[in-house]
Amino acid sequence: MIAYIVRRALYAIPILIGVNLLTFALFFFVNTPDDMARLHLGVKRVTPEAIASWKADHDYDKPLLWNSQAAGLDKVSDTIFFRHSLKLFVFDFGRADDGRDISYDVSNRMWASLAIALPTLLVGVLINITVAMMLAFLRGSYLDTWGMVICVMMMSVSLLFYIIAGQYLFSKLLHLVPISGYAPGFAAAKFVILPVVIGTIGGIGAGTRLYRTFFLEEMGKDYVRTARAKGLSEVRVLFRHVLKNAMIPILTGVVVVIPLLFIGSLVMESFFGIPGLGSYTIDAIQHQDFGIVRAMVFLGSVLYIVGLILTDISYTVVDPRIRLQ
Amino acid sequence: MPFKLIFLWTDILIFLLLASVVLFALYARRHEHLRVPWRQVRRRPLAMSALVVLSLYVTVGLLDSIHLQRRLEGATAGQAHYATNIESLLDVVCSPLRERIEKSYSAPLAMYAFSREVVPRADGRMSFEYPRLRFGGAQLRDPSERGTDIARRIGFGLLLAIVTFVLLASGVVLSIARRHNDSVARAVARLARGDIETPWRAILATTGILLSLGCVALSLAGGYHILGTDQVGQDVFYNSLKSVRTGLVIGTLTTLVMLPFALAFGVMAGYFRGWVDDVIQYLYTTLSSIPAVLLIAAAILSLQVYIATHEESFATIAERADLRLLFLCLILGVTSWTSLCRLLRGETLKLRQMDYVQAATALGVGHIQIMGRHIAPNVMHIVLITVVLDFSSLVLAEAVLSYVGVGVDPSMNSWGNMINGARLEMAREPIVWWSLTAAFTFMFGLVLAANLFADAVRDAFDPRLRT
Repeated sequence: MIAYIVRRALYAIPILIGVNLLTFALFFFVNTPDDMARLHLGVKRVTPEAIASWKADHDYDKPLLWNSQAAGLDKVSDTIFFRHSLKLFVFDFGRADDGRDISYDVSNRMWASLAIALPTLLVGVLINITVAMMLAFLRGSYLDTWGMVICVMMMSVSLLFYIIAGQYLFSKLLHLVPISGYAPGFAAAKFVILPVVIGTIGGIGAGTRLYRTFFLEEMGKDYVRTARAKGLSEVRVLFRHVLKNAMIPILTGVVVVIPLLFIGSLVMESFFGIPGLGSYTIDAIQHQDFGIVRAMVFLGSVLYIVGLILTDISYTVVDPRIRLQ
Repeated sequence: MPFKLIFLWTDILIFLLLASVVLFALYARRHEHLRVPWRQVRRRPLAMSALVVLSLYVTVGLLDSIHLQRRLEGATAGQAHYATNIESLLDVVCSPLRERIEKSYSAPLAMYAFSREVVPRADGRMSFEYPRLRFGGAQLRDPSERGTDIARRIGFGLLLAIVTFVLLASGVVLSIARRHNDSVARAVARLARGDIETPWRAILATTGILLSLGCVALSLAGGYHILGTDQVGQDVFYNSLKSVRTGLVIGTLTTLVMLPFALAFGVMAGYFRGWVDDVIQYLYTTLSSIPAVLLIAAAILSLQVYIATHEESFATIAERADLRLLFLCLILGVTSWTSLCRLLRGETLKLRQMDYVQAATALGVGHIQIMGRHIAPNVMHIVLITVVLDFSSLVLAEAVLSYVGVGVDPSMNSWGNMINGARLEMAREPIVWWSLTAAFTFMFGLVLAANLFADAVRDAFDPRLRT
């Protein structure tokens, strides 16, 4: 088991190198640091001196890959690639355009993201499983047909609509919860409720449909027929046999996204004023802060790969048929 | 000619796409294994209703994809001068809607502006009141006639709709009667019972609803802003119609731009295995490990820098916006490409073990021919299902991306930009609800129709679901 995890972790290294090279190409070859400087300084009043000083301020005044003027090892290390891209591997993200330390901001902000994303995921999965199981139990009935129609309709509504309508209804008309904002500790509860409710509602359509197919697939299998033939009641078959086996694809689908919860949701966080990583990224995109975007791309891929490894491990935990070699 | 045609990049791709859809339809007609699932789709009433709605959207989108530049008056001999702005055929059709621009917000069907202004009165004094709109309801001299005028226009629209509908429906009835050698009365009865292979009842019902909505909108639009006006006084109905093309382009071109790569790489990885498989797997794992939104953001930021530094190479704003749209499709394609590639690889791994592929190999057929003749046609159902299922999520993604600031160009009409512009007005009292409502309704109509149609296509083509 440990050998397998180590091997998977080693396999992640070339992928991360690939991600790193890709972002490096995107941010430094397609746009040279000169272009970035021009964009930030405004096109009109750009002098070569201003560009040079902007680059020096942001540590971009180095050759890209190979510094022929430096001596010894500095030929490699005193370059943009080494100073800005390779350092991502040790989670040293450098400084944002306003001089703040990105690593420090990330470690501070991820808890707010988690406070929204984790309850949304848990509540959502619970509700989806419940509704999907009910529809699968009543398969073929009018309730099932109309349930599916409602699911398709809910899927067809933009998440932005749920957010805007929810904020208008619950905060502006009914004054139940604050419209946006955040407070640390337990005071966060009243700010968290609305995003969680809206996130859950937005996910019901697609989630229920997917889980219903998992349940129906299990229900068509031979062991279920055997259980029914033995005389077990339909409810017992559903809870003791079908639910357990349908949990395998459900769980593995959930596990893969758990690490990504730290990144949070861009749209939700910016609408509800949550100071998490999602709103951090959106601010960075709007201020064209390349350092933060680069850091988030790298962090996102690391978390995704962690999620993939966790998924493989969770397979062995929930499904005794699978043994990792 | 009083105008010259302009072909933007996305226009060319759209018409290429249209041509390939027509070719595919002709091909499918002559092949039984493709005709059977399509016939199954044709029998589903819900799917056919969705298709009617979709074809309305597509018509609007196609009209909006034929671009032209008008020739200016007073051209010197032998040398024509053209207007600097690019118009589409839809702009020409809707020019009354486009040109009647108010000062700022006004509610749907309103005669007065949304906010008060200082207006000089006839006796020379100034008063603070809601001014009359320049165009909305301007044909009425007495404001109290508004109710009757609206009712009259709705009545006229409905009448027009009924006449058109009756003409259409009688055409359908006659053709049914002729095909089944029935009397007209029997054909009507069969139609009403839904006792025909093609669900004409559902198709006609949907057409009827759309016709009456369209005709009423048309007759009201002659005198009012039927969905109000936005902050800069533009007609919201016109904006919503213009946004249809953006939604359709993002939904279709994205998958089609990347389809060749996904197909080639997926089939090659599954067919050759070994190091080819390793390289391709590495490629798509790397790409898919970057969160999609961030990859799109990074790419669009880079494009923004490129556009900012190469402003001279774009003749018009429309060309610049079009390039950004195309680039957005490309980059969205890069992110959705990976999952299709994985599916195709898995399917090819299965297919290459099949007897007929083994037989082809034994007979000495070349690799390229085996992949092209024996494997690719047998994975096409996966491609088709992916294309139709991806469509609706891409249309929805456009709105979110525009909100994040990495969507289509801010100067381009899109539902995302409409929502983004109207979002802040929710805080006003009374609220400005019509822009948001219009954008969400148009988007909901397209996405719902696409979802329903996609479900029917998946049910018909997925062999695992066949019974």
